[in-house]
Amino acid sequence: MSTVESPVVDNGVNVEALLGARQALAEAPEAAQFRWRARCEWVNGTHSRTTIHDFSGLGAEHTHKSSSVIEGDHPEVFASEDHGPTPTETVLAALAGCLTAGIAAVATNRGIQLRSVSAVVEADHDIRGILGADPDVRNGFDGVRVRYEIDADASRADVEALVAQSQKRSAVFDILTNPTAVTVEVA
Amino acid sequence: MHTSVVVIGGGQAGLAMSWWLTRAGVDHVVLERGVVGQSWRERRWHSLRLLTPNWMNRLPGAPDVGGDPDGYLGATAVVDLLDGYARSFAAPVRPHTTVLGVRQTVAGFRVDTDGGPWRCRAVVVATGTEAESRIPALAAELGGDLQQVAALGYREPDQVAPGAVLVVGASASGVQIADELRRAGRSVTLAVGDHVRVPRTYRGRDIYRWMDELGVLDERYDEVEDLARARRLPSLQLVGTPERRSLDLATLSAAGVQLTGRLVGVARGRALFSGSLANFLKAGDLKQARLLDRIDAHVGGGPVDRPGPTPLPAAVTELDLARFSAVVWATGHRPRYPWLDPCLLDRRGAIRHEGGIMGRPGMYVLGLPFTRRRRSNLLAGVGPDAEALCGHLVEHLGRARSAA
Repeated sequence: MSTVESPVVDNGVNVEALLGARQALAEAPEAAQFRWRARCEWVNGTHSRTTIHDFSGLGAEHTHKSSSVIEGDHPEVFASEDHGPTPTETVLAALAGCLTAGIAAVATNRGIQLRSVSAVVEADHDIRGILGADPDVRNGFDGVRVRYEIDADASRADVEALVAQSQKRSAVFDILTNPTAVTVEVA
Repeated sequence: MHTSVVVIGGGQAGLAMSWWLTRAGVDHVVLERGVVGQSWRERRWHSLRLLTPNWMNRLPGAPDVGGDPDGYLGATAVVDLLDGYARSFAAPVRPHTTVLGVRQTVAGFRVDTDGGPWRCRAVVVATGTEAESRIPALAAELGGDLQQVAALGYREPDQVAPGAVLVVGASASGVQIADELRRAGRSVTLAVGDHVRVPRTYRGRDIYRWMDELGVLDERYDEVEDLARARRLPSLQLVGTPERRSLDLATLSAAGVQLTGRLVGVARGRALFSGSLANFLKAGDLKQARLLDRIDAHVGGGPVDRPGPTPLPAAVTELDLARFSAVVWATGHRPRYPWLDPCLLDRRGAIRHEGGIMGRPGMYVLGLPFTRRRRSNLLAGVGPDAEALCGHLVEHLGRARSAA
């Protein structure tokens, strides 16, 4: 077997650190247990404000370098004041963010230099479900489509493989495509 | 009873090791829970043929299998092959001997069996990978009305309760069983996760001929980029038939098999399927294209009659379980080693080894996926592993003797 030297690429991803973490955590599954957290406050009407600041993992508590605030509201066509995206749109942002991060990581690992990556995420949603207008319509999306435009030093097949591998390793893709147990309680 | 080496398992791996030990003049026994080739006798469906063509299936020191070099042996022919092979060099097989425990002793090992203990200086584990079916936990949530059949227990369509069948898993077993049920007139749904799509033939030659020629099958365990993944890769979507036809999700879909994503849950009497099917189909197509690209590059030509992309079926994320009469689990199988010291196993219960050399000096394993090379778990691939490990073992016996 010949060894093909990967060209040096810089997509801003520290792949060595990721591969090191993979190896270390394979032997220490306890440290791999993370807990993500978001804190939400109702503002008024359909407007709420979610703050993301801290999480735990690697056996310790951590804080982000700065807190992030995500407004959640509904648009005026829903008779709301539209102080921010609908939570469903925030889900699309999460999917795009997760897949795009994966694309950068996998590209770096495969020696593919990215020049630009952009995506449009669309979800089809029959809102009769959430309105309770038709019991046969589910509350959630009928389907989600993501369309990437990627300019990279790679063939079309390699770029497609990159996008496929990113989906295979994406948390949000998994969360959206597979069932997750959710419990909601009142403190 | 004393011997130098106890080989546990009388299938192709144990016999290949026995041949090399015999040649090296090392006295040994092959302990077999049943008779030679037991798994090939009791754990194969009737129509099953090897995925590898006859020309590949040569065991150490044995002549060609004979017959059409491009044909595929059925399970009974494999049993005959192994029987004849064991007789050809008088392999010291102890049939109907079940191993109960392997313990380290001052002088080597003690192997307890239902026929009494063996004392030896080296142990070779050659028990294969089919001790038990790997069935997802959600199987327990399916209703009692639904017949459940594991691929290892599947024999023929008539065994499966009349009606629609949900086949879970799309490696060789899953696609073959789905295909056979569909041809028997059943309504079949196939739940698909990670899979490896390859055509049976390309450019007029069997895909294994190309993989052999490209060196793919000889990739070593210490060369491959992600060994853990390589070791758990699903078996290739292939079937061995006289007409050498391809069997993949595109052909199954065209034959009327409904494709869904992975079976990921059961709730309110409904089976829930992952929404990831599109990606798995795409990944399967891309991986196949990469292999065919390598073949084209190898012969210096352009693509020829490539199989088309797998059409994306209508999205199905849940189905009423009441529409099915049976579920076939083609979700893989795994070895079990209740007779081994747990410290020789990893957290998942698999043997820790470096290319077949286990953590305890004098212990070896072979016949597992990618033990030493990509061909390791093929009938034809275990011979070179047996040769390499036998060499190491003979050195170990020499060292142990000079140290004693």
